[in-house]
Amino acid sequence: MERRLVVSSSPHLKSPDDIQSIMSDVLIALFPVALMAVFLFGYRALITMIVATFFAMATEAVILRKWDLFGDGSAAVTGLLLAMTLPPAPPWWVVAIGSIVAIAIGKHIYGGLGNNIFNPALVGRAVLVVSWGSYVAGDVWLKPVPFGFTADLLTRASPLINTKTSLLDLFIGTVPGSLGETSALALIIGAIWLFYRGHIDWRIPGGFIGIVFILGLFDGGFTTGVYHVLAGGVLLGALFMATDMVTSPVTPIGKLIFGVGCGLVTMVIRLFGGLPEGVTFGILLMNGLTPLIDNLTLPKKFGEVKSNA
Amino acid sequence: MSERTFVGGIHPSYFKESTAGMPIAPAPSPSQVVIPLHQNIGAPCEATVQVGDEVKVGQKIGEPQGFVSAPIHASVSGKVVKIGPYNHPLGSPVEAVFIENDGKDTPFEGMKPQKPLEELTPEEIINISKEAGLVGLGGATFPTHVKLSPPPEIAIDTVIINGAECEPFLTADHALMLERADDIVYGLKGFMKALGATKGIIGVEDNKPDAIASMEKAIAEGGNGYDIEVHGLHTKYPQGAEKMLIKATTGREVPPGALPMAVNVVNQNTGTAVALAEAIKTGKTLYERVVTITGPGIKNPANLNVRNGTLIKDIIEQCGGMTDDARKLILGGPMMGLAQPTDDVPAIKGTSGILILTAEFVKDFPIAPCIKCGKCVDVCPMNLVPNFIGSASEKGNMDLAEKYGAMDCFECGCCTYTCPARRPLVQWIRIAKGEITARRRKQ
Ligand code: SF4
Ligand code: SF4
Repeated sequence: MERRLVVSSSPHLKSPDDIQSIMSDVLIALFPVALMAVFLFGYRALITMIVATFFAMATEAVILRKWDLFGDGSAAVTGLLLAMTLPPAPPWWVVAIGSIVAIAIGKHIYGGLGNNIFNPALVGRAVLVVSWGSYVAGDVWLKPVPFGFTADLLTRASPLINTKTSLLDLFIGTVPGSLGETSALALIIGAIWLFYRGHIDWRIPGGFIGIVFILGLFDGGFTTGVYHVLAGGVLLGALFMATDMVTSPVTPIGKLIFGVGCGLVTMVIRLFGGLPEGVTFGILLMNGLTPLIDNLTLPKKFGEVKSNA
Repeated sequence: MSERTFVGGIHPSYFKESTAGMPIAPAPSPSQVVIPLHQNIGAPCEATVQVGDEVKVGQKIGEPQGFVSAPIHASVSGKVVKIGPYNHPLGSPVEAVFIENDGKDTPFEGMKPQKPLEELTPEEIINISKEAGLVGLGGATFPTHVKLSPPPEIAIDTVIINGAECEPFLTADHALMLERADDIVYGLKGFMKALGATKGIIGVEDNKPDAIASMEKAIAEGGNGYDIEVHGLHTKYPQGAEKMLIKATTGREVPPGALPMAVNVVNQNTGTAVALAEAIKTGKTLYERVVTITGPGIKNPANLNVRNGTLIKDIIEQCGGMTDDARKLILGGPMMGLAQPTDDVPAIKGTSGILILTAEFVKDFPIAPCIKCGKCVDVCPMNLVPNFIGSASEKGNMDLAEKYGAMDCFECGCCTYTCPARRPLVQWIRIAKGEITARRRKQ
């Protein structure tokens, strides 16, 4: 019997995880967050998410000339994450520009997936804040109306500026704010899925949230600490943005340093800076330091240094 | 108390169900065996027989050409019909002795019981293991008598028997621990006596509770005075890798580039322990071993006692043949075993498994860019950065690969297994190791 045997070098087994399955897991993790956004802000939130995701995927498809829209799933993740950082209902073209910028400039200018230095979704958001600020910051917040499918009551302030909000509201998410930022509950549920699947490690969110809480504690006591964690973009940033694999360190110690750094910059901006929110720039700054952090925190080889009893 | 595992590693599916607990069956004796004259790490052997000679089972047919080498013995009785190169599991053809089996299984008279262990001196034990052709049967095939002869300035205090069997699919060691536990303990005592070691440890992954119980019973019955313990270890690949096993059982870390003896430990495989017990008790030389024949591509998986030099295709045939969708033949386990271009290759001392994988395991995936997920860093038991070493090697930057620790990689394959971008990390690292070694040799 003649049969052709395949020869390749070991290992001959492969874990079932691939990039697409990881990206799908991130989308699954974002599902409770998306659901909450629609629950609170109505159909317009849904439109914002669809527009952002579609334009991200389409931009990627055009650049790669691959007409399988979902592809490895990374563009969809970027688009949806961008939507999560935006107010519930900016004009659709603002959202589209954000997605196009995120994919084209945030990702492909550097050579595409794996090569980008900065989190693409946050690059998209940063460009929108700088260039079309009036649509994504300022008087743009919708008042959340649970089950109010057509919620369109404008509210003046995002919750970071309004310290009278109850912590319970902040936890559930019944406060004005960006689509994916308001509900700590939904974010935590999503993150549990990512932990369970082994796609994020405690170090980045732990360092990030930990330092925000501690600095908040020093600033105004326990409640202020909790408040700083729950309000604004800290949870979304710590659980979903800073943990972006491509733009965060690969070494265990590096991850912790990175998380702490993100939290530190965020709090410096919040407490002393001119901007109301520092998460975006905190993460982007640390993204830039990631290669350096990796190189400075290479793990000790097995058996090195440690004395042998 | 020592730790029972190491940091890193992976949890692949173990696929051991099809042969776990299967008794060790004798493989039918083939009509002809092809016994390669190089079956160990180190120097090859030279034939001590000529074409036309009659040989008996267990008779020496190959004489070592160096200290780091082990003699080779006939696995059937019959006539030497040819001596010449033949396919070898490690790649290029090697001189081999072809013996036509007369089917009589006449044992060689030279195989005689030795003195009981109590009366043997360390030198005698070392000599017995050398004459019996013992090598590490886990797959590394390092000559046993060399491991039993550390430099005089090094005192070995602990001998560890590797019963982890962390490679998926393989169950040969498991079967030995169930059926030959007393011989494993006897062999371990022999190793301890040869080395003057005071402690014996048998490390078994905790997914084999029956093996742990069996070993504990054998120690209670036959340990007489020797300090021997069974350690249940976390079930995790590569728990049976030398350095990881030492870490898990003794807490000691072998420094990069060093051998276990640097931390006063010697590792031996379960099969090698059984072989030493047999060599002492009956004088049997190492001419057969237990092999797991398994995988979705074989019709009747089994644990077989296979004679040295049996062609893999004969064994496969005895196991019902390959299934139609069989695509890959691997000697050893799926993580570190060697894929073979043909089944016309003899089983040797280092053949722990014959694994046949089907089409679903042999898919080709495009290589994606590194998404820097860090999963390879997390799983590397040597604490290396496989992503950086791999990329450096991919780009031909061997200096950088070396700087990141390429030479400390022992090719367990965890990084490649785990990489979601399907990057052939260990394969790139192997290339780097090859080039770095070649360059060092030149200098
Ligand atoms: S780098 Fe080497 S030692 Fe580390 S996981 Fe990869 S193959 Fe194993
Ligand atoms: S596992 Fe693969 S994708 Fe992840 S860091 Fe390592 S090489 Fe890169």
